[in-house]
Amino acid sequence: MARGKLLALQILVLLVFLGVWHIGSTVPFGKMENGKPFFLLPPFFFSTPGDVLARVWKMFADGSIYRHLGITLLEAMLAFAIGSIAGVLLGFAFARRPLLAAVFDPYIKMANALPRVVLAPIFALWFGLGIWSKVWLGVTLVFFIVFFNVYQGVREVPQVVLANARMLGMNERQLLRHVYWPAALSWVFSSLHTSVGFAMVGAVVGEYLGSSAGLGYLIHQAEGVFDVTGVFAGMVILTMFVMLVDIVVTHIENRLLKWKPSESKTI
Amino acid sequence: MARNNKQKRVCMPETEPEALSFPPSPEAAVVLGGVSVTYHMAAGATYEAVAPIDVFVRDGEFVAVLGPTGCGKSTLLNMTAGLMPPSTGYAEIYGERLSGLNPKAGYLFQQDALMPWKSALDNVAIGLEVTGMARSAALAAAEAMLARVGLKGFGGRYPHQLSGGQRKRVALAQVLVRAPRILLMDEPFGPLDAQTRLIMSELLLDLWQQDRKAVMFVTHDLDEAIALSDRVLVMSAGPRSHIIGEFDVNLPRPRAIAEVRSEPEFHRLHAAIWGCLRDEVRKAYALPEAAEEAK
Repeated sequence: MARGKLLALQILVLLVFLGVWHIGSTVPFGKMENGKPFFLLPPFFFSTPGDVLARVWKMFADGSIYRHLGITLLEAMLAFAIGSIAGVLLGFAFARRPLLAAVFDPYIKMANALPRVVLAPIFALWFGLGIWSKVWLGVTLVFFIVFFNVYQGVREVPQVVLANARMLGMNERQLLRHVYWPAALSWVFSSLHTSVGFAMVGAVVGEYLGSSAGLGYLIHQAEGVFDVTGVFAGMVILTMFVMLVDIVVTHIENRLLKWKPSESKTI
Repeated sequence: MARNNKQKRVCMPETEPEALSFPPSPEAAVVLGGVSVTYHMAAGATYEAVAPIDVFVRDGEFVAVLGPTGCGKSTLLNMTAGLMPPSTGYAEIYGERLSGLNPKAGYLFQQDALMPWKSALDNVAIGLEVTGMARSAALAAAEAMLARVGLKGFGGRYPHQLSGGQRKRVALAQVLVRAPRILLMDEPFGPLDAQTRLIMSELLLDLWQQDRKAVMFVTHDLDEAIALSDRVLVMSAGPRSHIIGEFDVNLPRPRAIAEVRSEPEFHRLHAAIWGCLRDEVRKAYALPEAAEEAK
């Protein structure tokens, strides 16, 4: 399908969605018994698209949103960085030391099976209500994704590539640098979207459960005073923000993994 | 059954390994003396893939190892490369007992063995860089070697951007740039189409002609074996596979692959070797049922 046509259809879906929401929440649909107008989507519960957009606009216009965005971004980036580094190091160590992997296998599985949200309160207790409780929550999410990918990536280096590299005269250190490391990194990058997304989840959920700044805090505050417009405005900003991050990640991925065959290309 | 015995006699008077010409002469590039391979299976069972055999390759000699699928041809290469220690016997490289990897050998694998994250040029250069050569010098040598295998200007491509034949050329350059004295090749052109194989075989002969390395070339393609080599070894089907035939190829060099196939000597050899090989190929395919019966 042509790119233009596809884009037009995608925009159409958005317009229909906004249209239904707008009509349902602003056009009265008869009257209720007490004489008040009846809406299919009562604005108290659903707000209206106009109000939400106006609120988003206002947040950006008066600049109040930037501090919250910055804090959420900082938490997510720290969670991603720490989680990735720990995941790469431990994934490497486990893949190269089978005994280590065998000993810790059940504990890793246990830790991964635990829903990480339940850690949020304990982290708030340990690390306070500042950014670090959110960062560590994000780390517990990011770590396992990167860890499992690196572990898998290092162990699944094709035997023939390894044998070839050894025949080319590589010693253990050179194998690590020229074979294991790039193989592991390619797996880290292919899980980049997931791990960046989880870093964001960690940050926002942490903020939601107890903080004084950030997007999760904004949404939680609005919810606390039945400000549905504020909740939706926070969600819209969060969504746009995550999509923006995703575009940046795609860009980085394309640059770093240019040696990887893309599925559409055939030679 | 009688036919089977007769066929065996055609290529070898006696089936004992000792009957093979085995003069581990001091100038031999590769000597495998009494090597055998036994795998330990689950539940304490053992599987003797290769019976004790003697194989040698003279310096500058092109030896083809021919046999049915799964007969342990690649195992011979892996033992010569030092990637796999023999269960019994020894490997000697230019008179020195081999322990660990064989530094004098270059190995061209059947499967794609290039590092997909390195460009063609880097894939070739890395074999020199790991020896401590400066990167600029390694790149220059790699560039020249890529040109020799007909890939001038393709250095910047990644393996996935190259065709199967081009990847084989890069792999060949990767091996040759380190100037090994011994070349081990495991059905290197197996996955390629017929025309590309022909071109690659000619390229290989052309390059080999220039410095005459000792070559161990494993293949299941009879035509390829005769056209390329000085000597053809025929292996029996496993288990306990061993060498059942040895043929000197007295075709003049340098050879043109396409023309050599019309020589009467080529046809004589082809008939003789196929006579030796045919029953083994059948055995290889019949093997699963035979194994069932044995139970």
